[in-house]
Amino acid sequence: MSDLETPPPADPSGLGPEVKQSLLGRYDVAQKAGGLLAPVLTAVLAFAVGGLVVLVTTGKNPLTTYRAIFDGAGFNWFFPWVTGDERSIAALNMQQTLILTTTLILTGLAVAFAFRCGLFNIGGTGQYIVGAVLAVWIGSSFQNTNSLLHIFLAAIAGAMCGALWAGIAGFLKATVGAHEVISTIMLNWIAVFVGVFLFGLGGPLQNDTQEFIPISNDVVEGAKLPVFWGDPLLQGLHVGFFVAIGALVVYWLILNRTTLGYGVKAVGFNPEAARYGGISVSTNYFLAMAISGAFAGLAGAIDILGWQFRLSTNDVSGLGGGGVAFVGIAVALLGRNTAVGVALAALLFGGLLTGTSTRNLDPEIFKPELASNLTLLIQGLVVMFVGADLIVLWLMARMRRRKPA
Amino acid sequence: MTDASRTVLEMRHITKRFPGIVANDDVSFDLREGEVHALLGENGAGKSTLMNILYGLYHPDEGEIEISGKPVRLGTPSAAIDAGVGMVHQHFMLIPVMTVAENIVLGEEPTHAGAFLDLGEANDRVREISERFSLAVDPKARIEDITVGQQQRVEILKALYRNADILVLDEPTAVLTPQEAKELFEIIQGLTAQGKSIIFISHKLNEVTEVADRITVLRRGKKVETLPAEGATEESLARLMVGREVLLRVEKGPANPTDLLLEVENLHVFDDRGIEKVRGLSLDIRAGEIVGLAGIDGNGQTELIDAMTGLRGVAAGTVTVAGDDVTTASAYGHFNAGLGHIPEDRQRRGLVLEFSIAENIALHDYRQAPDSRFGWLYPRRLIERGARLIKEYDVRGGGAQTRAGGLSGGNQQKVVLAREIDRNPRVLIAAQPTRGLDVGAIEFVHRRLIEERDEGRGVLLVSLELEEILSLSDRILVIYEGEIVGEFSPDASEEELGIAMTGGGRGQEAAA
Repeated sequence: MSDLETPPPADPSGLGPEVKQSLLGRYDVAQKAGGLLAPVLTAVLAFAVGGLVVLVTTGKNPLTTYRAIFDGAGFNWFFPWVTGDERSIAALNMQQTLILTTTLILTGLAVAFAFRCGLFNIGGTGQYIVGAVLAVWIGSSFQNTNSLLHIFLAAIAGAMCGALWAGIAGFLKATVGAHEVISTIMLNWIAVFVGVFLFGLGGPLQNDTQEFIPISNDVVEGAKLPVFWGDPLLQGLHVGFFVAIGALVVYWLILNRTTLGYGVKAVGFNPEAARYGGISVSTNYFLAMAISGAFAGLAGAIDILGWQFRLSTNDVSGLGGGGVAFVGIAVALLGRNTAVGVALAALLFGGLLTGTSTRNLDPEIFKPELASNLTLLIQGLVVMFVGADLIVLWLMARMRRRKPA
Repeated sequence: MTDASRTVLEMRHITKRFPGIVANDDVSFDLREGEVHALLGENGAGKSTLMNILYGLYHPDEGEIEISGKPVRLGTPSAAIDAGVGMVHQHFMLIPVMTVAENIVLGEEPTHAGAFLDLGEANDRVREISERFSLAVDPKARIEDITVGQQQRVEILKALYRNADILVLDEPTAVLTPQEAKELFEIIQGLTAQGKSIIFISHKLNEVTEVADRITVLRRGKKVETLPAEGATEESLARLMVGREVLLRVEKGPANPTDLLLEVENLHVFDDRGIEKVRGLSLDIRAGEIVGLAGIDGNGQTELIDAMTGLRGVAAGTVTVAGDDVTTASAYGHFNAGLGHIPEDRQRRGLVLEFSIAENIALHDYRQAPDSRFGWLYPRRLIERGARLIKEYDVRGGGAQTRAGGLSGGNQQKVVLAREIDRNPRVLIAAQPTRGLDVGAIEFVHRRLIEERDEGRGVLLVSLELEEILSLSDRILVIYEGEIVGEFSPDASEEELGIAMTGGGRGQEAAA
């Protein structure tokens, strides 16, 4: 048929007609157009600007600084020529990085899943907190339960509670159209203060033996996740890591192999077409938020059962101002909402957070107090550059065009 | 117009490349004083690109433009306006709450003491121009209160107010009723008689032969030919446009209507703003017939279709599909009751552009076997079905896993068509099924709709194109302000239908 050969409508931007679509549509196009290169470029760009800041403000060589962060994160463990003591330290650092990666994969998936339905779940914090609360409550109760059952119960309860928490926002969105950004932020603060109330002095879940410390009871030994790499006393890597890997697989399967994922994606890309197709938009909003919240709630539960073992009011209110759930946003953005992307971005941010922590960064090279700010700086830059990924794509298109000329 | 006329515009060897395509390839175009020069071509043939170059929106990669013999560089629309070029876009650029005169003078307002708007002067100047060119409009009327045809005149006046000598009319009849189109052609004659030159962009063959002095045909970015309108036939132009023989008239046998399939009774529907758009409408469709619903845009067609397909609540009345009352059913329920729906906006509603062709084809059925079982999706089955339908419906431009958004409009529509027809519906509601498609794709869609009729489905064709209604329908209903105001046979004239569409002869039943 003739209309095949006619050229597509002209577009001066060079990005194709898709660019004018919804944010999510743009995102999808960017994902396909840029492939792996665009997010890598985004990260490199963020690191370059961060390095510039290091150079200008402290006069330190950014490369040695990054090298120190790299080692602090334990990434040198991958090098076979690193041996002896250096290798054992690298292993310890790597374990810390992977513990954080575990959390960030889950909080990243929480943001990514909602994103796929066209929703911005900024309430990972609240969902994480309620998940952690449930896990610490169940984990510190039922002294003599079968260990496997106990862990399973605590983790599932955490995930369910996260799902419920996010489900509130999803329900409000589906029924009265309340914007999920507003409602999830509000739910974050509600979760924070519920936590403060529960573990505060005299609170219902406050420690039974130390009545002047605003902290929960400890998770009983049987409910702690087994450590499979490193020493449990030195906070080795717990099996929650595999739960996160499993979550990545589940995420991919839901989106690509289930009718649920089909509906969620259809609503995310084009709610009007989904509605026309007979898909309930409001049901999918609710389900997407609930599943998203389950990932975040699971993150909270895994952290409690894997290495934190207790929750204090300080932990809870500290989360309110940012924390792992917020880093999840950067992880999802940089990972472009794909399973593999989220895994890699979580590893990057996990490494960055570990490598710049006071404990891990060589103070000779860079003041660790400043270094953690560097992490936040790079995190911010990544989010900004991802938001401006069309600039990166445009630059790439230009370079491509210039080459043959 | 005589051959001795002065050439007012000369575009020579214009080439414009976009990444991956050459939108204009060595196109030359000229315009003489007082002539109507039509620019004809399918979607994507390069008409808009050429005109956007003339209007300063794009810069040509090669070639030059001369206006009245002087080479010009048109960097911006304001440069083009200064050079005497005026453009009337297909979608009007008017502010609804302001008056006609305010809209016309906007940006170049007459003032008192250099600062205060002189509205009296504005009204006088607008009245003066509108009288000089016999473009009757009331300068003090608000845009939202006047008809689309009058709004178009305001757009023309806007250009004339800025002293345009060259007027570009982009698909000007697309939004008009037949009567309004007639009036527009008279206006065009009046303008050319006073020395204005007009570029008339269109893909409708009949009006091009009617209104133009010369015709330039573009195909795939290249100029095919410039020929005098005299002696050109619709068939010859179609061949130039498409590059092969095209069947312009739809060939179909007589209808053979049998069982009642779709019954709409006394339907009342409100739009989002709470205005009653469908007011006690009844219609029925039998197996084996195409019923055309003619009407001017905004007379309740959209709300009627949405209500019939479960996308909008019904305030009163019933919708019955093959005996099942589906009045309160969901969209999914309607599909399962045997309704197929080709939506009027395939990009906004008919397709998820980011999904592959295969995924789009599964849009209604992905929850059922064999696409899925117990919530588990089988993408390979989707792809197999997609591949089969791509072949069957001759979708070009990609395979089953190609993004739907990457296809041309005609091929996107074929995907929608394939999905709706392959489900084997009993009634097919086709809303503007050929909007924005070019001649070749229109031919395909029309043929397919007739085949569906002949296979015993009921088809409701809702279209703003009277010609399409007349050539496809076995029975024509006219909708006006949410009611059916007349039923006509397909031999009715465009004039008869046009009168009914504008509310004239209301309640009067013509020969059925």
